[in-house]
Amino acid sequence: MKKTMYEKIWDSHLVVDEAGQAPLIYVDRHLMHEVTSPQAFEGLKLSGRKVRNPHSILATMDHCVPTKNRDLPIADPIAKKQIETMADNCRENGLNLYDMKNPNNGVIHVVVPEHGFVHPGMVVVCGDSHTATHGAFGALAFGIGTSEVEHVMATQTLPQKKSKTMQVVVNGSLSKYASAKDIALAITGKIGTAGGTGYVIEYTGSAIRELSMEGRMTLCNMAIEAGARAGLVAPDEKTFEYLKGREFAPAGQYWDQAVAYWKSLASDEGAEFDTTIVLEGADIAPQVSWGTSPEQVVGVDGVVPSPESFADEGKRKACEGALAYMGLTPNTKITDIPVDLVFIGSCTNGRIEDFRIAAEVAKGTKVAPGVTALAVPGSYHVKKQAEDEGLDKIFIEAGWEWRDPGCSMCLAMNGDELTKGQRSASTSNRNFEGRQGKGGRTHLVSPAMAAAAAAAGHFVDIRNL
Amino acid sequence: MEPYLKHDSIAALMDRNNVDTDQIIPKQFLKKVERSGFGIHLFHDWRYNDDGSDNAEFELNKPAFKGAKILVAGDNFGCGSSREHAPWAIADYGFNTIISTSYADIFYNNCFKNGILAIRVSQEQLDKVMAEISADEGVTFTVDLENQQVITPAGNGFTFEIDPFRKGNLLSGLDDIGLTLKHVDKISAYEVQHKQSFPWLWA
Repeated sequence: MKKTMYEKIWDSHLVVDEAGQAPLIYVDRHLMHEVTSPQAFEGLKLSGRKVRNPHSILATMDHCVPTKNRDLPIADPIAKKQIETMADNCRENGLNLYDMKNPNNGVIHVVVPEHGFVHPGMVVVCGDSHTATHGAFGALAFGIGTSEVEHVMATQTLPQKKSKTMQVVVNGSLSKYASAKDIALAITGKIGTAGGTGYVIEYTGSAIRELSMEGRMTLCNMAIEAGARAGLVAPDEKTFEYLKGREFAPAGQYWDQAVAYWKSLASDEGAEFDTTIVLEGADIAPQVSWGTSPEQVVGVDGVVPSPESFADEGKRKACEGALAYMGLTPNTKITDIPVDLVFIGSCTNGRIEDFRIAAEVAKGTKVAPGVTALAVPGSYHVKKQAEDEGLDKIFIEAGWEWRDPGCSMCLAMNGDELTKGQRSASTSNRNFEGRQGKGGRTHLVSPAMAAAAAAAGHFVDIRNL
Repeated sequence: MEPYLKHDSIAALMDRNNVDTDQIIPKQFLKKVERSGFGIHLFHDWRYNDDGSDNAEFELNKPAFKGAKILVAGDNFGCGSSREHAPWAIADYGFNTIISTSYADIFYNNCFKNGILAIRVSQEQLDKVMAEISADEGVTFTVDLENQQVITPAGNGFTFEIDPFRKGNLLSGLDDIGLTLKHVDKISAYEVQHKQSFPWLWA
């Protein structure tokens, strides 16, 4: 039988498949951060259970960590306790932790690929919905809840229902300045935030093949914004090249053996997907979200829609609510929307390629009066690499703040946040009400779009620069 | 986990689609290291005014919905982040049942780990139930998981589908991990074979 990549990975990880209970699948890699793990460790301890396979776990601190003045104690006592609890839990259970002071520290989904910890064909979980990122390597990677974190620690398995498969084909090539972020937003705009619910998405087509590994990570990262728990890209020479030589990648005698296996993972020619969506790469303009859901997006050359433009009553109501929250009027040109704060970073767009592209746009500009611009590398390695390339100087000379790594303004848990009514151009993944601070207004964009908005003080069609 | 029993309860109405987990429990409340005490923060940004007083406009603040155990909400409930703090807050507030047309996958799983029955209904069925609550705020429904049935006074009751495994766990209040560990020999056998097939993962 012809199989999709998802089915191949699923079949190779089935431990128990018996009538009357959910199939149990084996978990190869378990990623952790400080926010969704403490209650899982507590549960484990209370039940007298142990971590079954400590070497399958890699942990970091990212959500609550300050992105400046790291030498000072954390001011928020509750965040401080969460950070300390993470350190204690990892020490007691013998887990590999990149704590705040560790040179490997950063956002979990940026750090993990840097060290080659995820390989094609693996099953990877984390108490974080953006675990989907690692599908870029052809690994089945998805977010889980804290009870499941405990379950995986204790058993190295998870009861799972098999997902349906969705193929998203992006034909042709992207136009200049359109990026993986724009593909992700365009897909979410097309199918909606529930469009992928119950599915695992496999991204195919020439525009996907042309993406770098960083771009594929950005794309898969946002599979969850379209409702899919996981996104997948078949591994190819770019994947192998990226992994080779990294700390946890197969080495020596095992490299060729691993690559041969990885090459067998791609969906079989003619394998059937439950549903297929097709986009033309050349049609994807740089995207800007206008509302409070990642499906509320439009090309930068468009306008803010009116509620009446939606036939569906639910969408019409959602549009009304979003416009009221966002302080926008229908038919406003996207390029006329001003911004107060610009954020480049997060597990979506905090990698070296993102800062290279943004620096190219920011070079020789100045941040517009009244605008605050934050560049927050996804990890210390990204930060160092950027500094080695002189990118930090470009940002600093343009008036940006150059910070230490962390989730920062993506979800504003660490003190970096919008105040009520402030409007951001953000390279993160969610524009939900209050996500970046109560009353804050978030517009999701790519790094190039963010950098251009910082200089202009409003959105700009970067294709015209 | 407490076993899920047949019960009569007030059904509260939240006629909104795409209610996301950032709304259910905003990020500033995710720093705790305990599982308890999230109920007072449920829907914080909608529920409270800036001065901390109750927002009278917010639906769950209506006196008629006080003490409700059933939450009736629009499509795609619980989308967004994987935070289990969302169902912890919902359960701690007092809900044990949600009725909607659809849920985000991770949220749906998380509900059942915390004794919350998430019922999926058709749009037509949801519209009827919502209309009944709108017309009679404070109305009481009966939820009977054993017979997969919801009964309403105006006769808009329905039967629902649910995975038998999830149903069994809710009814018994059983611990998932304990059930999985009954298969520990199979897990060990899988690992032996896994080491042979993928030695580089264990090197």
